[in-house]
Amino acid sequence: MLSGGRLAAAALLPAVAVFFSGTAWALDGAAVEKLALGEGDERIAAISALVSEGDPKAVDVLKALAEGEMQTSGRRVLIVRGGKAMDAVTGEAVAPVPADSEDVVANNRLRAAVGDALALLRLLSPVRAERLASAKTLAGGADAATLPLVQRALAQESDAEIRALLEIIAASMQLKSESRDARLAAIRTLGRSSSASSKTLLLELANDADPDIRREAHMSLDAVEKRLALGEWLGLAFAGISLASILLLAALGLAITYGLMGVINMAHGELIMIGAYTTYVVQNLFRGSAFDWYLAAAVPAAFVVSGLVGMALERTVIRWLYGRPLETLLATWGISLILIQAVRTLFGAQNVQVENPAFMSGGLQVLSNLVLPWSRIYIVAFVALVLAGMWILLGKTRLGLFIRGVTQNRAMASCVGVPTARVDTWAFGLGSAIAGLAGCALSQLGNVGPDLGQGYIVDSFLVVVFGGVGHLAGTAYAALVLGFANKALESWSGAVLAKIAVLVFIIFFIQRRPQGLFALRGRAVDT
Amino acid sequence: MTRLYGTRGWLILGSAAVVAFVLFPVFNLLVPADHPLHLSNFWVTLAGKILCYAIVAVALDLVWGYAGILSLGHGLFFALGGYAMGMYLMRQIGREGQYQSDLPDFMVFLDWKEFPWHWWNSEHFWWAALLVVLVPGLLAFVFGFFAFRSRVKGVYFSIITQALTFAAMLLFFRNNTGFGGNNGFTDFKRILGFPITTPGTRMALFTITAAVLIAALLLARWVVTSKFGRVLTAIRDAEQRVMFCGYDAVHYKVAVFTASAVLCGIAGSLYVPQVGIINPSEMSPANSIEIAIWVAVGGRGTLAGAVLGAGLVNGAKSYFTVAFPEYWLYFLGLIFVIVTLFMPRGVMGLVARR
Repeated sequence: MLSGGRLAAAALLPAVAVFFSGTAWALDGAAVEKLALGEGDERIAAISALVSEGDPKAVDVLKALAEGEMQTSGRRVLIVRGGKAMDAVTGEAVAPVPADSEDVVANNRLRAAVGDALALLRLLSPVRAERLASAKTLAGGADAATLPLVQRALAQESDAEIRALLEIIAASMQLKSESRDARLAAIRTLGRSSSASSKTLLLELANDADPDIRREAHMSLDAVEKRLALGEWLGLAFAGISLASILLLAALGLAITYGLMGVINMAHGELIMIGAYTTYVVQNLFRGSAFDWYLAAAVPAAFVVSGLVGMALERTVIRWLYGRPLETLLATWGISLILIQAVRTLFGAQNVQVENPAFMSGGLQVLSNLVLPWSRIYIVAFVALVLAGMWILLGKTRLGLFIRGVTQNRAMASCVGVPTARVDTWAFGLGSAIAGLAGCALSQLGNVGPDLGQGYIVDSFLVVVFGGVGHLAGTAYAALVLGFANKALESWSGAVLAKIAVLVFIIFFIQRRPQGLFALRGRAVDT
Repeated sequence: MTRLYGTRGWLILGSAAVVAFVLFPVFNLLVPADHPLHLSNFWVTLAGKILCYAIVAVALDLVWGYAGILSLGHGLFFALGGYAMGMYLMRQIGREGQYQSDLPDFMVFLDWKEFPWHWWNSEHFWWAALLVVLVPGLLAFVFGFFAFRSRVKGVYFSIITQALTFAAMLLFFRNNTGFGGNNGFTDFKRILGFPITTPGTRMALFTITAAVLIAALLLARWVVTSKFGRVLTAIRDAEQRVMFCGYDAVHYKVAVFTASAVLCGIAGSLYVPQVGIINPSEMSPANSIEIAIWVAVGGRGTLAGAVLGAGLVNGAKSYFTVAFPEYWLYFLGLIFVIVTLFMPRGVMGLVARR
């Protein structure tokens, strides 16, 4: 399987010609010698020679050079590891280590060249993941001189995904080839690519002197652009869903406390912040062992802690202010200030670091220009779960029945024996607990600091009001609409203007339709 | 014309005027600096700042205390007035900025070659004075007209005014908006040709502020004791009944909301030359809510209480943020909770009970 590549390499790089005289397992002695004993450019050329050979032993020699394990004894090149020496060319053990051996010194330029060479040689690695990683690096831009190696890797590659990548890499190198047929073939291959760098390459050729090449380039360019546009659209859609999920999570708790109970809870953002800090504390407890599993404990912990804080607030302050929304607004604002300062006192004013567990870092590569971060994907799924859980809790359980009963007709509920005061506490606690879940999720996306909640309070209220107070489904639709609208505007007007436009839109919308997207049916009581 | 105040009221107002117009100038300007009775410029600036806040508090009390409209956008009107004045003050710097250009430093920094359109005419004081009144007034008129016409009220109104303020803050934070972005306007040199940091100018600004506050109080008092004010109070207590009696509540609310916004704009324009800086953080939602707590502490629907509340809370803030900076938010938060739970009529309520 070696011969095809070797022939190509030999034709392009004269240094390799020497290799034919050697035995099947031996390295190109002249190149190794030059690498160890040569000067400047000679050594770099020697590296290219070794690379194009693509022998696993070349990897060994280059690694030895990079790690300072290469020595010379006269004209003989040795690799010395743990007091044992072996000949770098033949692989024979040399014992004892010759007394006159000297270290081979590598300067920075050489080290860089060795690093590149090693990355390239990974294309031939038996491990699939290493080959894939190497191919992805090369796809970002590779030196045309490495074409022989890439072609050789292509010849022996069996994995379809890596093959596709390598074909495009090889094609982009052949664009400048002497042969017109090779160029045309390369252009056609590039048409199958979906990366922005191929687009740039093709754009250059779109004005080529040769009409055939121009035509092919245009056709390929169209194909690439179509694929790129698809990626952009999908990316935008996902960004919209992702933003919507965050808006929804932040607003969901408020949909209960404000939407159902009518409490203007300005401390809602701080309950989110408490959830995030709870996650931080749990994460620290899990340091050292089973770190990846800390979220399993952090989610219920954030739920419980924020819920308890919420219930305490309801019992001590909010209970006395039912039916006085403006006063509630001021009192809960005061509470939010106290909570912010309390967190500053406990954890310091600086942001704290919440690390993602391993399974949430990185992303899912859907297209070459579309990577969906795992953290976002998990959060979308998490929000869906929370929404479903809340729907079941409110719609199918006894507590949910009581909450709905009390919010719809307090007096009647009380008459049939519902403990309304206790239901209030539980309902407020539930809304707060969901804010805690939001905090837990948000801690996975950005900074956790005492001001975390302040950024979400305006948004959460607008989502609830926009969706129609008292409607859980309305809240969900509102979050989706606002998330998509924000991201769509962002792509052509910038983030800040998009945000302003959405805010202004909601202000106008509420003036046209104060009841929100979905109005509560029945007699609206003027209070 | 109805009597605005009783004898005691006039006496208190009169003595406050004496303090502001006689004692402050005398102890600040005439008493030598090393004399123990000398009033330092620091106190004059602080007092001037608090008087500006008091004007805003009176403005909010007019709409909240009497018409039942809790606006969380008064910080925006205040800042708009401040920015209008700030533009003029930036032009007064002339070529004395860092870059010796006719353009303000931040524009040179952004590599702008000429003034954007909204800076047109900003070198004239009369234009600035016009903007101070017109910009907040027009915004409040348009916003109020649409909001009140669709019967947005109560908490809804509070939330959308807060959203408006938040949107404006984001807008002013942008460098491209042309208002200095993050840093806003600062490093003022002159106002109407007078150097801005001399004790004489400061005292002049202080006395003007005090005069505006007294005028605002009298005007607001006149409004609420007039028939117009009666209707406002009736709208606050039972809007539907007022409408059934044949009054159009929208006109009353729009009028009082606009007047209140103009008052805020004037307060902002007096605030900026005294404090020497205006930036978008003045528009943060937190600032607007704090205005509401000044009014609540003093006692809603009393006007004088608004002045008292602004003085008490801001006095406490100046003290705490220097002496115990880490406890200020606890204290402010507690004030919010205690006032709403236990003192619905504020300090004025306590005074009146005795």
